[in-house]
Amino acid sequence: MSEVIHADHHDDHAHGPAKGMLRWLYTTNHKDIGTLYLWFSFAMFLIGGVMALVIRTELFQPGLQFIEPEFFNQMTTNHGLIMVFGAIMPAFVGLANWLIPMQVGAPDMALPRMNNLSFWILPFAFSMMISTLFMEGGGPNFGWTFYAPLSTTYAPDSVTYFIFAVHLMGASSIMGSINIIATILNMRAPGMTLMKMPMFVWTWLITAYLLIAVMPVLAGAVTMMLFDIHFNTSFFNAAGGGDPVMFQHIFWFFGHPEVYIMILPAFGIVSHIIPTFARKQLFGYTSMVYAVASIAFLSFIVWAHHMFTVGMPLAGQLFFMYSTMLIAVPTGVKVFNWIATMWRGSMTFETPMLFAIAFVVLFTIGGLSGIMLAITPADYQYHDTYFVVAHFHYVLVPGALFSIIAAVYFWIPKWTGKMYDESLGKLHFWLSFIGVNVTFFPQHFSGLAGMPRRIPDYALQFADFNMISSIGAFIFGFSQVFFLYVLIKTIRSGAPAKGRSWEGAKGLEWTLPSPAPYHSFTYPPEVKSEEAYG
Amino acid sequence: MTVESKQQNDIRRTVKKLALIVVGMCFFVAALVPLYDLFCEVTGLNGKTGGPYVFDEAKTSPDTTRLVKVNFLTNTNQGMSWDFWPEKGAVRVHPGSANTVSFYVKNTTGRPMIAQAIPSLVPSSAAEFFHKTECFCFEQQLLQPGEELEMPMRFIVDRELPRNVQSINLSYALFDVTERIGLPENMQVLDNQVSPVTGG
Repeated sequence: MSEVIHADHHDDHAHGPAKGMLRWLYTTNHKDIGTLYLWFSFAMFLIGGVMALVIRTELFQPGLQFIEPEFFNQMTTNHGLIMVFGAIMPAFVGLANWLIPMQVGAPDMALPRMNNLSFWILPFAFSMMISTLFMEGGGPNFGWTFYAPLSTTYAPDSVTYFIFAVHLMGASSIMGSINIIATILNMRAPGMTLMKMPMFVWTWLITAYLLIAVMPVLAGAVTMMLFDIHFNTSFFNAAGGGDPVMFQHIFWFFGHPEVYIMILPAFGIVSHIIPTFARKQLFGYTSMVYAVASIAFLSFIVWAHHMFTVGMPLAGQLFFMYSTMLIAVPTGVKVFNWIATMWRGSMTFETPMLFAIAFVVLFTIGGLSGIMLAITPADYQYHDTYFVVAHFHYVLVPGALFSIIAAVYFWIPKWTGKMYDESLGKLHFWLSFIGVNVTFFPQHFSGLAGMPRRIPDYALQFADFNMISSIGAFIFGFSQVFFLYVLIKTIRSGAPAKGRSWEGAKGLEWTLPSPAPYHSFTYPPEVKSEEAYG
Repeated sequence: MTVESKQQNDIRRTVKKLALIVVGMCFFVAALVPLYDLFCEVTGLNGKTGGPYVFDEAKTSPDTTRLVKVNFLTNTNQGMSWDFWPEKGAVRVHPGSANTVSFYVKNTTGRPMIAQAIPSLVPSSAAEFFHKTECFCFEQQLLQPGEELEMPMRFIVDRELPRNVQSINLSYALFDVTERIGLPENMQVLDNQVSPVTGG
């Protein structure tokens, strides 16, 4: 506690948050901004979730019951965009803001003002995008992948709002990433070498590099769309000498690293939770770091596996098939390391651990269906069916999302100083676990049987699977409202939490009191070997 | 230099490097467009055929030992109601010989329109061996209501065409480019060729 007492003598430091609501607008404190990011992403998660439930309601039975196909298309598109750019990514950035300075022993992020800006851009970007739903002609209806010419020649008039919203999100992500890298590379406490960094910090360092590399590519793609729509260019217009297939190449050159942007920080989170509740050190720390780095590298050379059916020469198909399958190797290293960490550990099953174990199991299922999709000849059958929908929801919902929920349960004692109600947490876990599997597992079957994705109606043979899916979706949806209740209850009336909130928790953040003081590590802490992950 | 100001300098240096990466990636994505075209031109991957080809008949002799079947497919892009058809569905040609086929196009609408034909060739491995000395796809066509036009296309299949390729499919998609190009102000113009473009 000596540094806290020491800080009291300096009156030029603000000791606590400013008063009033404007505090949140002006704040440059990494904990405040982390909180803003997390609540924003939760709000977006609920909005995107409502859209998913609109989709599942329409698909409850065959035929068109509730909404027009045009509106259905807007729902699938906005559900995807909001969940990817509004829920998952800002949630990880929020966790990075809260945790990285505490985990590396820094007083704050390297660029606090830019941090404020990169958050406050987001509400404007998403207001702009969601507002298009209420415009004449409707909002984006071309799928979250916005393939040209659907998103150019045939796009609704509101597409320009969508383009600028994507530009803003990209700017926010790039600034956030620069901030994270600058913090990690320059502000680690003395003694914390790169290979002693916590796994969450490592995964975010690599993720931030991915973001910096691919967000300009996304910005380029939407800028070309903008020019095609308004300035009569022909980047993606065959009549003018352009090529719509080029859009898919550019999009997926961004899109595949983007997929790993949404999962690498999840790997980091799980690598903290499993050792804590297995009360063992993470198995194979070094191999974990190299596995994440290899996955990041491979993500740049596999993009065309999303577009096997565009007509590629055999050599291209083989290259993208084998390079994609190669990703299973480092991913397998990680999964086996997590299992080896649990092996003969003194395991207990608190809520974060339950979510983390479900992550390992269900993410692996999603990974294995990914291997099936990587097989080029088989992909011709699976392409654009519900099998793909099942695959990417298995890696994104019980993958990325479960890791975020696990992280919230794991670190909320540190953030609020309050412990959540364990039995409510476990109830939330089981509802989510059952809901997610009931929703997405049947979609493997309807997909293999040939049900196409992004269609509001379907053949009678798919009726049972869709009904099960819709029931699961409502269970899952309402269990996340229950999550909100658990969180509010924790913040208002949770039992006080200890500084080291979990028996087996290691890392600098657990050396701080709970809740973590508004300013922590004003003077760099000493990194003891038992707190380092080396 | 104090520890803090050294740290600030280090941060500034990191940020500059990262900003350079961002700028570099912006240039990279801009460069992707010409690179993609170049890549497709070299490999023939997306079935694009080359621009006007200079053919010296005196210097090459046809390879009479084999015949290659060339199939012609025509279609109009969505929303364009012109009639567009080839004189023959297919021809058999000797590699190295010059051949001429005709395509017909008719403006069935009640207004003048400009069309642009875009070729695509399958298999893509044959794209670089298919040469055109004259093609309507090198130009755009302005047709008055009800006007019909015969459009010749003169091509040579290269003698170097791989032996395993025995048939080539050449498809033309006709696009309505009236709005993009804009009709000339004097609508009485009956000259069918508006402005030649290169490539195609």
